[in-house]
Amino acid sequence: MSDKLVQVEHLKQYFSAGGLGKSKKYVKAVDDVSFHIDRGETLGLVGESGCGKTTTGRTLLRLYEPTEGRIIYDDQVIFEKMPGGKRTAADMLPYRKKMQIVFQDPYASLDPRMTVGDIVGEPIDIHKLAGSKQERYDRIIELLQRVGLNSEHANRYPHEFSGGQRQRVGIARALAVNPEFIVCDEPISALDVSIQAQVINMFEDLQEQLGLTYLFIAHDLSVVKHISNRIGVMYLGKMVELADSYELTEHSLHPYTKSLISAIPIADPEVARANKRIVLEGDVPSPLNPPSGCRFRTRCPYADEKCACEVPEWREAEKNHYVACHHLDKCN
Amino acid sequence: MNEYLVEIENERLSFFTPAGEVKALNDVTIRLREGEVLGIVGESGSGKSVTAYSLMGLTAHPGKLIGGTLDFNGHRINDMTEKEMRRMRGNEVAIIFQDPMTSLNPVYTIGNQIEEVILLHTDKKKKEARARAKELLELVGINEPEKRLKQYPHELSGGMRQRVMIAIALACEPKLLIADEPTTALDVTIQAQILELMMELKHKLGMAIIMITHDLGIVANICEKIAVMYAGRIVEYGTADEIFYDPKHEYTKGLLRSIPRLDATKHERLIPIEGTPIDMLNPPAGCPFAPRCGQCMKICLREMPPVTEFGEIHYTQCWLNQKQMMEGEAANE
Repeated sequence: MSDKLVQVEHLKQYFSAGGLGKSKKYVKAVDDVSFHIDRGETLGLVGESGCGKTTTGRTLLRLYEPTEGRIIYDDQVIFEKMPGGKRTAADMLPYRKKMQIVFQDPYASLDPRMTVGDIVGEPIDIHKLAGSKQERYDRIIELLQRVGLNSEHANRYPHEFSGGQRQRVGIARALAVNPEFIVCDEPISALDVSIQAQVINMFEDLQEQLGLTYLFIAHDLSVVKHISNRIGVMYLGKMVELADSYELTEHSLHPYTKSLISAIPIADPEVARANKRIVLEGDVPSPLNPPSGCRFRTRCPYADEKCACEVPEWREAEKNHYVACHHLDKCN
Repeated sequence: MNEYLVEIENERLSFFTPAGEVKALNDVTIRLREGEVLGIVGESGSGKSVTAYSLMGLTAHPGKLIGGTLDFNGHRINDMTEKEMRRMRGNEVAIIFQDPMTSLNPVYTIGNQIEEVILLHTDKKKKEARARAKELLELVGINEPEKRLKQYPHELSGGMRQRVMIAIALACEPKLLIADEPTTALDVTIQAQILELMMELKHKLGMAIIMITHDLGIVANICEKIAVMYAGRIVEYGTADEIFYDPKHEYTKGLLRSIPRLDATKHERLIPIEGTPIDMLNPPAGCPFAPRCGQCMKICLREMPPVTEFGEIHYTQCWLNQKQMMEGEAANE
């Protein structure tokens, strides 16, 4: 048994976007991304909207069929298709019991016509985890209590709950099958500030109690830093930097990470006054037609000809600190 | 000449819904000088948008102003007719909304929409208005303004659309700009651009800004004064430094404790505010925050706390603060 629970190698996810034959167009939502997640750790994934962080999470669970790459879960290959190679794909049903997901929008991800008890009970039924009705009921109540709800909530419908409570239901549903690994896809973005901290603490408690491994996807770097052991930063379908969370926020190497960090307003007036912000020019280019070479070059202050023609290599610049950039010396 | 540009005194506003009266605003008092930046922070439903909208006479049905006075730039908003109001909106006070896609009209070009404001409020001719529109797009940092004037909202990115919204708002050089979560729908790097732009324009044009947001980071970065709202009341009001370095109200303290900081050097467990916001249809008798407050006393559940003043600007509405204040005074005597 290795330490690496999840390994992703050269993962690609292209979505077709119209056109026929040779002129067929693709949105390269995830393009050649590699990383691993250790058992029991939290890997954070940040980036702006459209950078492919959600797609990475979903493709990793094979909710989308990957275009190319290799996904290894607990030393078992669950998907493999390398260029020119044969495609192998495992039956996912047994893996669904180990890998779960919590979605962003607690309003859209719960069926309004099912009671909360049935929502949480559905995975138990699918995987036949309960022998009797009583066992199923007990398990549902136990799950609801674990996420801070109580037994009377089981007979209610989602619309009777607040946003924070719905998110708890979503988490209880993910926990129903006793998973080892949970993809948390922006689980707190839709919640109010005072509720966010409650849910973050709950994620941390559950991890400690149940030994869970998380892939925590969010656009809020302060939250991701708080909860993650390591953080990966994505830009336009590419991973640009990956490091320990303190290392990443204190000594970031990639110019995009630097500007992302400096763009976050810190809730402290004195720090804010002293902070020299690196304001990036322009917008994120369309993923339908990304820039050649390094995808960040159109907004990067250090970009030159090399960045336009060569894709920067994903390499370990310092120990456990991965980055893809041609000009590390220039920008550090 | 009035000392303040905006003076809201004890504003009370309710929504008369089929399910009952929702007291959206209770005794809200706000004073703002020319050129100042006020941040209103609070959770969804705390009344921050309603406060600002009522200043423009934009209270939606079934909302009704039931008490207090609103003064803006020499106008008494309470007594204004709809016609007078229309002359003021867009001219002396302007607003930018959260979602630039839904607040721009998809079937008119950007140019049309900017010119509309100018033609409505000034004597400028069509040609002059177009020239002014181009100037405004340059002001908000949009390149190729000629081309953009002929484009439709869907052809622009989110950040670009928000810049157009700002251009429309600034068309008549208003004295007050209300920004209702202007960057919530945008990415952080774009948010930084928009905030930078707003501050630059404030210095150039000298307008006052009311910034409505739930992001404490944003208020710390751009606001001079901050109003913290909870369940339709301003629970604490003060300068940015007072709110961040010397918060008095338990809710403000709780908010500041509950957000993770990017510059933290070690992992500290967050201290959340327990419980959920109150049901506005059946508010408790006393302080609305009492059910979630760690320092709740008996009186908090019975009566609404009075205003406790800590300085010229800084005040709270909290029984604990009132008690501490009275004990302090007694000790001095």
